[in-house]
Amino acid sequence: MFVIKCPYCGERDQTEFSCHGEAHIARPDNPAEVSDEEWGEYLFFRNNPKGIHFERWTHDHGCRRWFNVMRDTVSDKIIKTYKMGDQKPGVQDV
Amino acid sequence: MKYSFYNLVRNSFSYHENWEKAWSSPELKPEYDVIIVGGGGHGLGTAYYLAKEFGVKNIAVLEKGWIGGGNTGRNTTIIRSNYLWDESAALYNHAVNLWEGLSSELNFNVMFSQRGLFHLAHSVHDMQEITRRGYSNYLNGIDAEILNQEQVAKKIPHMNMHGRYPVLGALLQRRAGTARHDAVAWGYARAAENLGVDIIQNCEVKGIDISNGKVVGLQTTKGSVKVDKVGLVPAGHSSVLADMAGFTLPINSVPLQALVSEPIKPILDCVIMSNSVHVYVSQSDKGELVVGAGSDAYNSYSQRGSFDMIEHMMAPLVELFPIFSRLKMLRSWGGIVDITPDRSPIIGKTPVKDLFINCGWGTGGFKATPGSAHVFAETVAKGEPNDIAAPFSLDRHYSGALVDEAAAAAVAH
Repeated sequence: MFVIKCPYCGERDQTEFSCHGEAHIARPDNPAEVSDEEWGEYLFFRNNPKGIHFERWTHDHGCRRWFNVMRDTVSDKIIKTYKMGDQKPGVQDV
Repeated sequence: MKYSFYNLVRNSFSYHENWEKAWSSPELKPEYDVIIVGGGGHGLGTAYYLAKEFGVKNIAVLEKGWIGGGNTGRNTTIIRSNYLWDESAALYNHAVNLWEGLSSELNFNVMFSQRGLFHLAHSVHDMQEITRRGYSNYLNGIDAEILNQEQVAKKIPHMNMHGRYPVLGALLQRRAGTARHDAVAWGYARAAENLGVDIIQNCEVKGIDISNGKVVGLQTTKGSVKVDKVGLVPAGHSSVLADMAGFTLPINSVPLQALVSEPIKPILDCVIMSNSVHVYVSQSDKGELVVGAGSDAYNSYSQRGSFDMIEHMMAPLVELFPIFSRLKMLRSWGGIVDITPDRSPIIGKTPVKDLFINCGWGTGGFKATPGSAHVFAETVAKGEPNDIAAPFSLDRHYSGALVDEAAAAAVAH
């Protein structure tokens, strides 16, 4: 890792960024109606794969914007960074 | 062969060349009553207590690398039980009680040294936090002393009390201390094998066979094996194993680093912890300073942390102990720790019948090794967790009954 490409600012040192866990988790539309199990899954349960991981980062000491990172958790190699709202990259991008 | 003064003298006549191996390398049998996946302290201990206290005869421990090569051999060896919540206090104090008799129980010197642990307070808030926790500890029968600035300065004369974040006081647990981490794995392995447990190293689990919602076997790199009950004790790889069994866990795996300095003469006769400036340090019996701090914030299985975390460890250390500023650091290393949302472990049943899990110890599993192993052995043997283990079930993430030690100490520990 060490150098992360911010989609807004370009390549910067990792120390400028912070990581905020798994990306692409959708909050249930109807919180009052979902079961405890579904709400618990949404709040706490995470994929945590040994391999390709999609996660949210912020450029704290830069533009302070949020973006997503596709990264290999075995080698820590960043495969792709992309803006919030962009489509989740597929495995063909590896 | 019992380790004793007599046998030490006797073996000296043959130049110590005839000591028998502490444990052997048996072949994987086709069937076991119980298999423990993960040959760290927690897993080996579980096998030991299953054989000793719960009369299980046919047990194997599968370890993908070598025993004690994971987080058991990668931590900073600190042992304490001064946790805030009743549930944690019961669990970690159960461990400290077992630590106190462990060397004689295992006939293996784990070098448990109750040198005392000072948890530093740097602000009014910190003082309130240690006071609250200290009184909570009293009520749970855990020894705790709340010290003021003067008392701390007297106990630790080298420490800089008036730095940028001055030391205002400390919570002292005298029963806390350190142990030799490798010896814990080796001691449990030797004692477990003496009770007939097969310890299979270099044997990675590749698949979990489930039939009608019950675990029936494992696929490993040394072939397939039938089994009645399985206990997963896989620090760092809990989610990977859970994935094989078809369920997910509320866990993120992140790197945690530690490092040691060059050996120096005795200077620090206790353990120092500070959550606010965030460093912990003790001196090993070899004379090295053993230093640790926070984990990285991103998921990784790489067993190495990011370089800037080393600076985050060293800066508070040098702030607290300017006398250490010219020490050379010899080695640094990383382990992968399983962080749960409430920083408390998960012990108990899984959605798969007869498949039990003991994981999520985060950054502080070593201190709990005997207690964790003991309560998990009972969970596996009886199929239900006992009173100490029950609050740490996986179900708490649905019910909301979290044991929120993250809030209790403000950092992962």
